[in-house]
Amino acid sequence: MDRFSKFDLGGFLARQGILVAFALFLVGFTIANERFLAPDNVMGVIRSSAILGVMALGVTFVVISGNLDLSVGSMMSFSTIVVLDLHDKIGPTLAIPSMYAMVLCLGAFIGFLVGYLKLNSLIVTLGMLSAIHGLTLTYSGGKNMDIADKEGTWFSFFGQSDVLGIPVPILMFALLASLLGIILAKTPFGRKVYAVGGNGTAATFSGIRRARVVFTCYILSALCVATAGLLQASRSLGSQNTVGQGLELEVLAAVILGGASLLGGSGTIFKTVIGVLILGFIQNGLLLVGLQFYVQYVVTWIIIILAVWLDIAAKRGKLWSPIA
Amino acid sequence: MTDQTPALRLEGIVKTFPGVRALDNVSFSVLPGEVHALMGENGAGKSTLMKVLGGIYQPDEGQIVVSEQPTVMTSPLQAKSKGIVFIHQELSLAEELTVAENIYLGELPKKAFGLVDWQKLYAQTNVILEKLKVGFDAKTRVGDLSIANQQMVEIARALTVEAKAVIFDEPTASLTDAEKVVLFDVISDLQAHGVGIIYISHRMEEIFKITDRISVLRDGQYRGTLKTAETNEDEVTQLMIGRKLDLSRNETHHDLGAVALEVRDLSCGKLFRNISFEVRKGEVVGFYGLVGAGRTEIAETLFGLREPTGGDILLNGEKVHVSSPADAIEKGISLVPEDRKGQGLVLGMNCRDNMTLPQVSDLKAGPFVAEGAEIAIFDQYRDRLDIRTPGWKQLVGNLSGGNQQKIVIGKWLSMHPDVLIVDEPTRGIDVGSKSEIHNLIRELASQGYAVIVISSEMPEVLRVSDRIVAMYSGEIIRTFTSQEVTEDNLIQAISGINPEKAA
Repeated sequence: MDRFSKFDLGGFLARQGILVAFALFLVGFTIANERFLAPDNVMGVIRSSAILGVMALGVTFVVISGNLDLSVGSMMSFSTIVVLDLHDKIGPTLAIPSMYAMVLCLGAFIGFLVGYLKLNSLIVTLGMLSAIHGLTLTYSGGKNMDIADKEGTWFSFFGQSDVLGIPVPILMFALLASLLGIILAKTPFGRKVYAVGGNGTAATFSGIRRARVVFTCYILSALCVATAGLLQASRSLGSQNTVGQGLELEVLAAVILGGASLLGGSGTIFKTVIGVLILGFIQNGLLLVGLQFYVQYVVTWIIIILAVWLDIAAKRGKLWSPIA
Repeated sequence: MTDQTPALRLEGIVKTFPGVRALDNVSFSVLPGEVHALMGENGAGKSTLMKVLGGIYQPDEGQIVVSEQPTVMTSPLQAKSKGIVFIHQELSLAEELTVAENIYLGELPKKAFGLVDWQKLYAQTNVILEKLKVGFDAKTRVGDLSIANQQMVEIARALTVEAKAVIFDEPTASLTDAEKVVLFDVISDLQAHGVGIIYISHRMEEIFKITDRISVLRDGQYRGTLKTAETNEDEVTQLMIGRKLDLSRNETHHDLGAVALEVRDLSCGKLFRNISFEVRKGEVVGFYGLVGAGRTEIAETLFGLREPTGGDILLNGEKVHVSSPADAIEKGISLVPEDRKGQGLVLGMNCRDNMTLPQVSDLKAGPFVAEGAEIAIFDQYRDRLDIRTPGWKQLVGNLSGGNQQKIVIGKWLSMHPDVLIVDEPTRGIDVGSKSEIHNLIRELASQGYAVIVISSEMPEVLRVSDRIVAMYSGEIIRTFTSQEVTEDNLIQAISGINPEKAA
């Protein structure tokens, strides 16, 4: 019998669907606009994906540990507003660590609720999305935040400079991705994250302190969000209260696109980086072919649905099945 | 019986997965009114065969014939409409709904405007329940029923269609002895109505009690059909595993060491009271009792999963407080839990990572996990426990039950515990691996481990224990040495105040 005689298209799509879809997008965009794969455009895409990417790194830990973090968007707004405000009040040298400390406190609070009190992470972080937004508006009084002297501050270094010809945001993204990638793949803590997300009960029965692991994941997520806020603030040197609004879904889309399971226990930092780039290229491609910016909100949603569907399809090896 | 038309016939079924021929030309048939056992070790192909029958998998070759009509199965629901009904080991009931709603789920009788005709629903249901002679009625909430009665609801659901063949998959796994009797009554009733029964089970006593014929699968191949009346356990076992099985009781006696674990008047609320016992180095103490007698709860307390409400735990003569599993492991207590897949393993992780999970923080090279050391540990215990896997990268979820259990045991042995607690060491494991695990437990004792074995299977307790603690309803009734224990006095002890009821 020829084992290739019956090509199982459904099964193939189920396993490789994301890559197939991405390849089709790339080909389509390149045909539609030759600038799509030009070096400066590619660099531009990576650069503009860096902030989202930094946030996605932390969320990857949270998702692998079997939880969600929907608060990262409004937490990013918070960190941006705070660091811009403090910049003029106490100077950038003190403003940056102060902002990190505040954001880490928020992360610790979420980690405490989800890890130690074992509250559902969807509810907790959805609530925090709204609560932190309120916190930001209270802090700023609802006004936009701007640095007074935009020309004379070294604070713009993080968002606007190049080192060795590479923009700093890309360097930060690469650096954090390498560091967190190694932590996740190579350290005992990383192993525990997979165990807790794969089967929390079995992890507990193996002597792993599950609450501590979940708590640490949210701390890492907050660390990434603070960094993203720093990059954002430094790039624009002024900001609205809603700068991070909606990013939580894009971040989640990138993580899921990379192949992390929403049920926890699987995913890698490298795959998340791929997911971030796929999302960035698709959004860029939509703009290049002349679609309105707002279309990408819809497209992002479609991508999430597609990714989640293909995630479960990959597990059962076909696109549809009567049982789960 | 031989010239009857089979209720269900499978002809030359072949099913392959990448790299595996899961079913290799399997044929067998069930006659109306027959109880036909389907046996085989885990991984022999029983589940795959049932999935083919239920339309979840399509066979590569061969056909399914229902009452002489070749039939293509596309889903469990469609199979049911053809009269092929499955009673699964894991129940699929909606606990918040009533018995009647569960039984007619998806086909509730309707009246005008599409509203449910409750009167008709309850009447129909009660007719079926009367047939089954159960002690609850149509309006009972399913969540309030015992597991056994929930199973009856599943069976009642099967009876709403004109069933030609009913497949029972390990139906007695979570039933008490009394509940089993009721189940067997129902099966013989179905039999009397001319329904063909496929009965999948690992439990020999049951097979020989209720079946007419036994078909055996091994490595995806059909190995033959025996008439139950004309065969015996040895022959069936040999057909299943291709060798003879040791069913003797423990007669090894070696010198015992110091007391490793002593428990004094340990209590935990209503779960168990005034539990006192000791385990010496080199000794296996078996805990035997009915489900719910408090055995697992004692293990969980010793392992730091429950807080005792009274009493003391002494390890090597010193009083200890165990606050969490992490703490228990540090103090030298390990637990091979009862639910292998739920509590013992991370199924999506590979063999090596599962095995070294409790000590991953200690196996370090600088800040990183020392993977070389991990592989060394895995190799050592793979060889020692004879774990069959293509390599450490294999996901644990892909191993057979027996090999999975050995991974869990290896995980704890590699921690070199003082006290090893093994809860239901062979649940859901085929006979071949079972006996290997029994030998392993004896071997561990001879190497000086203090071992506690909790089991619901009497042959198992008899086989591995030096002493047997009989529990009933949260209390220790009696402790037997392996010389003084008999099946009768053990059964009496675990059925508590009503010895005649269990006889």
